[in-house]
Amino acid sequence: MTSFPTDLTTAQPVEAGTDDTPEAPAAAAAGAVRAGAGGPWQALRRDVGAMLGLGYIVLVTLVAVLAPVLTSISGWTPYEFDQTAIDPNLGGMPIGPWGGVTAEHWFGVEPGSGRDIFARIVYGARVSMSIALSATALTTVLGVSLGLVAGYFGGRVDLVISRVMDFLMAFPALIFMIAVLSALPASNRSTLLVVVISVFGWPYLARIVRGQTMSLAQREFVEAARAAGASGTRIVFREILPNLRSTIIVMATLAVPGYIGTEAGLSFLGVGVVPPAPSWGQMIAASVKWYAVDPAYFVFPGACLFLLVLSFTVLGDRLRAVVDAQEGR
Amino acid sequence: MPRFLLTRVTSGLGVLLLVCLFTFVVFFALSPDPAVQICGKNCTPEVIDQIRGNLGLDQPFWTQFFHFVVGIFAGRTYGEGAGAVECAAPCLGYSFQSSQAVWDMIVQRLPVSATIAVGAAVLWLLAGLAGGLLSAVKEGTFLDRFTTGLTLTSMSIPNYVLALVLQYVLVVKLQWLPFPQAVAFADDPGQWFANFVMPWIVLAVGYAAAYTRLTRANVLDVLRENYVRTAYAKGLAQPLVWRRHALRPALTPVVTIFGMDFAGLLGGALITETVFGINGVGKMAADSIARNDQPVIMGVTLLAGFLVVVGNIVVDVVYTAIDPRVRVNA
Repeated sequence: MTSFPTDLTTAQPVEAGTDDTPEAPAAAAAGAVRAGAGGPWQALRRDVGAMLGLGYIVLVTLVAVLAPVLTSISGWTPYEFDQTAIDPNLGGMPIGPWGGVTAEHWFGVEPGSGRDIFARIVYGARVSMSIALSATALTTVLGVSLGLVAGYFGGRVDLVISRVMDFLMAFPALIFMIAVLSALPASNRSTLLVVVISVFGWPYLARIVRGQTMSLAQREFVEAARAAGASGTRIVFREILPNLRSTIIVMATLAVPGYIGTEAGLSFLGVGVVPPAPSWGQMIAASVKWYAVDPAYFVFPGACLFLLVLSFTVLGDRLRAVVDAQEGR
Repeated sequence: MPRFLLTRVTSGLGVLLLVCLFTFVVFFALSPDPAVQICGKNCTPEVIDQIRGNLGLDQPFWTQFFHFVVGIFAGRTYGEGAGAVECAAPCLGYSFQSSQAVWDMIVQRLPVSATIAVGAAVLWLLAGLAGGLLSAVKEGTFLDRFTTGLTLTSMSIPNYVLALVLQYVLVVKLQWLPFPQAVAFADDPGQWFANFVMPWIVLAVGYAAAYTRLTRANVLDVLRENYVRTAYAKGLAQPLVWRRHALRPALTPVVTIFGMDFAGLLGGALITETVFGINGVGKMAADSIARNDQPVIMGVTLLAGFLVVVGNIVVDVVYTAIDPRVRVNA
């Protein structure tokens, strides 16, 4: 017997997901976050993963800002060689367990040179954070403004911007970044890194901003502003932009871990930050030769890098879930 | 359909020409002295002069670019007389450091890179689809949440860090696997697998995580569609609804992404091959950075651009074949 009602009831659980809560479609988007009655911040504050991630990000930021203070407490700068901490008879292996972790050198020392790993990680945090955050800022400015312009004004402007976006996205970005960075002189690599990363990064944000702008431009409040005689620039920046705030925040947060990884990867390949300036990626690259005998040398920078990327990823993911749930999608 | 294909190929060629131009500008206009750059670290003034003459650096930029593009299709000869160097088509440049045409260097190493790429692709497709479907079926359960956590973690671990961890644990400590080397499948299938399994895992992990998330989200989206509700209303059993109505639309976007990811794999292979010291195209490019062997970097960049462009066209064609909605519009 196949009557309609029975079949619909059996279909129900699957339809709404096997989740037992009625608001499953909204919450199902990206995890177990449910938006409460308060703003996104209240919902986010109840999420353990997001808060842990945020905590680590704040910690790394503080460490980066306070790097000189921290190294003056620990007593070693990132460029000082400590010959007493390494064993010349063993090819420069750090003396002591865990890569030479002592009260003197908190994270041990680099094999071969005896430079303090704690100091290099602390200063490396400056490099990672400043490059990733600058690249995110520049990408956001480029992506949002070009996306807004393309989406709102349409026509030929949109055609040109969209073509450039298609081109950049169909481009072997990583290889080309390497090619560009290896061809250009090594001076001022940090700025170059930021520019190169942003040039290839903005289309991903611009495409989304463009799409949302196109649908927002059809809404009544934009119509009203236009009827009231507002100029195009005013409508774009005062009427449409504020509505894109949550999208932009989410996209920016999710972009940061990618840029941290890109910077570390490029430094790992030797086209990023130039030695002796410390960078996490470069430290890991240097540790490749030593990993079999001195695993601590890659564990410290590797763990710091992994946790930072993970923190931003989790935070961005949860942020998106909260925003999606609040917008009722 | 042929017209659609023609447009795609034309625009693809346009993109390739632009990639060529960009690369050319970077190497021959931006770098301080290309001859010195090409010559590398162990260099004498005579060699520099010779390279300058060979490359025709005294000629205007567009002439040089024209010769370069023609060389790709017809081959070219660098220099004249006794010092002349032959570079057969497709001539992507000539490495004066290793005295070899860049194309030949690529061809020698391509099988190894292809082995790594294909193995990793199989691995991440299987893992991604299985993981995504599983967590969509078990949506909201512990398993689903565990998978979500695992994917976030896998996406966040830089592949060179993972490579070092795996190599330390599996090779140095437990001694379960050998240090990876490029063993041919025909020589010893068992060794072939043991040597390539770590590079496969390292290259695949990030993609597997992304595909798990994508598959899960797509399947859940499709299950909320009206036609799925209709299918249940018709009285179809759940497995049949999934097979007939849910899976195909849910998995078509995966095909698109897969084509593009696979075509763009050379970037990831660069790091994976370097960490494991496997001599593929990626490691060759990475070594060339250290040696400042610019023609090689340029050749690999062009190859990467070519693969991405071809990948995009293939994806478009495959997509029209498997998604009826697109077929109608095209």
